Parts: sequence; structure tokens; C-alpha cells
Amino acid sequence: MEALGDLINGFATALTPVNLLYAFLGVLLGTAIGVLPGIGPAMAVALLLPLTFGLDATAAFIMFAGIFYGGAYGGSTTSILLNTPGESSSVVTAIEGNKMAKRGRGAQALATAAIGSFIAGIIGTLLLVFLAPTVVDIALQLGAADYFALMVLAFVAVTSVLGASRIRGFISLVLGLTIGLVGIDLSTGQQRLTFGVPQLADGISVIVVAMGLFAVGEALWIAAHLRRRPAEIIPVGPARMNKQDWSRSWKPWLRGTGIGFPFGVIPAGGAEIPTFLSYVTEKKLTKYPGEFGHGAIEGVAGPEATNNASTAGGLVPLLTLGLPTTATAAVMLAAFQQYGIVPGPLLFENEPELVWGLIASLFIGNVILLVLNLPLAPVWAKLLRIPRPLLYAGILFFASLGAFAVGGSPVDLLVLLIVGLLGMMMRRYGLPIVPAIIGVILGPRAEVEMRRALQISGGDISGLVNTPLSIAIYTIIALVLLWPLVNRFVIRRFRTPAREVPVGHTHALVELAEEIAEEPVEPEPSRAASTTDRPDSTERLP
Amino acid sequence: MTVVVGYVPRPEGRAALDRSVEEALQRGIRLVVVNSSRGDALVDSGFATEAEIEELRGQLESAGVEFEIRRPVRGREASDEVVDAAKDVDASLIVIGMRRRTPVGKLILGSDAQRILLDAECPVLAVKAG
Repeated sequence: MEALGDLINGFATALTPVNLLYAFLGVLLGTAIGVLPGIGPAMAVALLLPLTFGLDATAAFIMFAGIFYGGAYGGSTTSILLNTPGESSSVVTAIEGNKMAKRGRGAQALATAAIGSFIAGIIGTLLLVFLAPTVVDIALQLGAADYFALMVLAFVAVTSVLGASRIRGFISLVLGLTIGLVGIDLSTGQQRLTFGVPQLADGISVIVVAMGLFAVGEALWIAAHLRRRPAEIIPVGPARMNKQDWSRSWKPWLRGTGIGFPFGVIPAGGAEIPTFLSYVTEKKLTKYPGEFGHGAIEGVAGPEATNNASTAGGLVPLLTLGLPTTATAAVMLAAFQQYGIVPGPLLFENEPELVWGLIASLFIGNVILLVLNLPLAPVWAKLLRIPRPLLYAGILFFASLGAFAVGGSPVDLLVLLIVGLLGMMMRRYGLPIVPAIIGVILGPRAEVEMRRALQISGGDISGLVNTPLSIAIYTIIALVLLWPLVNRFVIRRFRTPAREVPVGHTHALVELAEEIAEEPVEPEPSRAASTTDRPDSTERLP
Repeated sequence: MTVVVGYVPRPEGRAALDRSVEEALQRGIRLVVVNSSRGDALVDSGFATEAEIEELRGQLESAGVEFEIRRPVRGREASDEVVDAAKDVDASLIVIGMRRRTPVGKLILGSDAQRILLDAECPVLAVKAG
């Protein structure tokens, strides 16, 4: 029970007035950006990265963690009231949540989402407390070859499991890795991809890339698609639930937590798949199958608990191995690097105050979020009235300010713009952003580990596969990569597919979920029309 | 010859609408209802929902007035949309609703009503809610 003692010390760090204030600021900001579609926690943390120059590390991470969780909370509000998910992890919530709101049960939907998120967040953080030291013990045994294999796994998982197509995922990853290569090679001193520009010799700052891809890219994309018919928002009072809602919600909350946490831990990228799985599970297990597709509370409770649990799970690989599984985690990793802290097993030994303070602040953040969200959901919905030109002008301003603050050089501003244009083109051609940002941030570290492994083995390629773990990981990678071929040529021959689940296609997942939701218990033709009115905005969520 | 009314789903908009129906019936001419949005925010409380428009339609039909509802979303101010619609249909009257505002509030917020008064080429009738 050593972890408990550490946790109590963590609370001592997190409960100082200054750190409490940063936790509060973080969750406030996190919820706000979670509510606004198109602006995610990854962008918010990226915009705040320049703060790392002045703020003490513990305070900064307590704030970032608040944003991390707040984003997962806030996304549900927009899903339920507007049918436009604020975050990609809340896409599934919109299916039942918006129907509940249309039936006048918006307050209950908001309540089950907030309380479910709270319970999942608390349980997920507890699991993190007890799991992290164990993972650290294992991680301490790992060598360079193992780390490299883990990072390759993260690259492959994030490209093949997420997004519309693997090819697009890999294109995005290669773009990210290439940006990560710019600068002087640390082992040989050669300049790579600097085109003779001296300012590029130090490499492109991760801060500039993150702000370019998330903030400038999104702002340009929105500017190109500004006019849109306003969506109809469903007015709602403060969130509340009755006894029946409680009894129908608590099981989905716990099941959602059980589904979400493991998916957060493995590098499978984000909460889309587990939230979908949770939805399908609830649909199967419900005692009220007739309500699914018309606003069943289980269909909100399960996925919302799932996405918060997977957020908590995502912190396990980030803190113990330095492996980000989501865009936000990747940007937080960049923040660690700004402080010269290497996340990984040694983090728990070298920076116990920071790590345990961060974990303790997650508990505090969850409580603040619950208190903020139950009574204030209607207030958050008011944020949606902000005209986007004002919003994005602000974002562009802070991005430019931050990029200039990195080195005080105009070259950084130019790079910011170029990366921003790249980000916009990636959105235009449907390339996912997450693999790129993970490539930029994790790529250079993967290179270091690979070279270390090769130096140990004297340049022999077998040095990369000489441990049991690395062999096991490469086997998994091979399976992930070959699965579509196996699926196409072997499995289909032996059985007719009952229902094809297109893993990795969020859109297809949503359509499928809607299809399942629509599956009639008693056929009713009038329902078919109601699904076609979904706004098209979900497709450009990063 | 038509009556153009700038409509928002708020008391002042409803007051303007009721008065414009009266005017159109009295003059025996057509009514054009303009309900616009700049379309740059995700939610715009001035833009009527489909349900509200349906209700409006029913109300106008039962009043027995000949009408048309325009709902432009193209990034322009409501005042521009109303004045343009009036020019477009050669309106003989524009009806707008006004809400009570303090002098300071007016200074900060500007006023669609003022723009319409300045830009319109026909008489403008301003109605206060309740």
C-alpha cells in the first residue's frame, strides 16, 4: 500500500491554494473548450504550452490535467443539446442524448453524463494509482529495444485503428515524423532537412508544430467554412435525475468504466472505439430495448462513463512509459519535454511530488467538474452563441504570441503559418491530425531508442529484436497490420459475415451505432427520417 | 407593393409581426417575413427554429394574409437583410420591433433598428413589445 502513502503526499501538494486555483482554472477552461465543437483539449493545452516557460511544473501539469478531464466532460453537453458532438469521444453520446433532450429529458441526460463521468473518473484515477507503480516496476526492466518496439506499436496503433483509412493515417504519421527530423542529428552533428536555414538547426519547436496543427489549422479550416445555418439548441434546466434514472444508470456507468479504462491504457488511440463498444453493450443488455433510438438513458450513461475512464487510462502509459495514446496526451508529453522531464519509469522516482500531486489533482478536478457541471450546464450552452470570428481571432492571436515567445524569432511565426496551412490541407483531404502530432513528439524519442539499441548491438539489426517483449510486440504489430488481409482473404471465405464492424472508421461506427439504434423492436417507418437530419459537422472533428 | 417585417422569435419580433399582419390585411397587400442569421455562431437565438417557423406559417395562414418567409444565412447583418428584402420586393412599408434599451446599452451594442431607419427607402414602422 505504498501507493496510498504517496497519494496522500500528493494531496498535500495538490491542496495548496495556488495549485487548487490552477486545478479550478484547468477544469473551467477544459469544460469550455469541450463544449465548443472543433476546439479540443489538445488545442487548449497546445495554446497554453508557452506558460511552461514561466509556471512551475507541478502547477502547469495540474492545470493541463484539469483540461484533459474537463474536455471529456464538456463534450457531452453539446452532443446532448445540439446533436453536434463537442469532442470526438462524445460522438456516440449524441445518438441517444439528443433524442432524450428532444423528448424533454435533457436535464436527465446531462445529469447521467456528468455523474457517470465523475464516477468513471474517480474509479479510473484509483485504478491509475494502483496500476501505475506496477507498470513502473515492469518498465524499469525494459531496454532500448523494448522502448523502440513500444513506440512503433504506438505509431501503428494510432494510424491503423483511428481515422477513415490506414493509408491516410500513415501519410499523416510520415508527415509528423518528417517534421520531427528537422534539425541537427544529435549523434553525428549533421544537419537534416534544414535547407541551410540556421534557425532550423535547433529543430522545429514542438510548441510551434502543435499550435500550427491544432490552432492555426483549425482556424483556417473554419474560416473557409464559416457560414452555416445555426443549429437548433434545445433549452434545458439544471441537470437532475429521479430514482428510476439512477437505477437505470449505475450499471452502465460501471460497465462503461470497465470498457473505457483498458482501452485508454493500450495505445489504440482515443475513446471512439470504447464508447461505441459501450453503446452496443448497453443496447444489448438493456431492459428497455424499445427506448433505444428514442433516447434511452443507458445509451448516454455508458459511453460518457467510458470516455472519462479511457481518459484516466490514457495517463497510465503517459506517466509510466512516456507513451501518449491520444493527441492531448501527446501535447502533454511535449510539455514534460519543455521542463526537461522525461516521462517514464524514472518520473515516479525523480519527481514524486509532481506525479502524485498531478494524480491527486485529478480527484480534486473530478469533484470540481461535478459541482460545476450539474447546475451550470445551461450556462455552458451559452458559449455556443459566441460568433466564431471572435473566437478564432483570439485563438490565432494566442497561437502567434506563443510561437513568437518560443524563441523570439520571426522564423517561428513563419513556420507556424506553414504548419497551420499544412494542418488545414490535412483537414481538407481527411488526414487525421493525431498520427502527425504523435509522430512529431514521439518520433525523435523513438529514434534515440533505436540508435541506442543498435549501438549496444554494434549496428546489428538483431539488437532490435533480442528481448522476449520486443518480439511479442512486433508480433502484435504484424497482426494489426495484416488483419485486414486475413479478414478479407481467409475469414470471409469460411463464413458469411453477420455484421461487419469496420474498426477504425469513426464515421462508420457512428452510422453503425445509429443503425443498431434504429433496429426496430416494433417497426415504425416514421423513425427513419429522424436520423437523416444529423448535422454534417462531425466529420471534421480532429 | 408589400409589407416587409423583420422577425425574431422574441416578444418585440412577435409584436412587429402582429402589427405587420394588420397592416398587410388593411392595405390588401402581400407580407414578406425576414428572419436571418449571420451564421457565424453555432447557435443563434434570433434565428427561429423549424418548429417556430411552422407555427408562424399556421398563424399567418389562419390570419388569411398572403405571405412569404425568407431566411437568409449568408454572413450579413439582420438590418442589411431587411433593407435589401424591402428593395427587392419594392416594399411600401417596413415593420420592425424594438426593445427597451438604456442609452449606454445602445451606445455599446449599436442598433439594427437605427441602420434600417437610415438605409430604408420606404416608411418604417417601429413597434415596441407589450
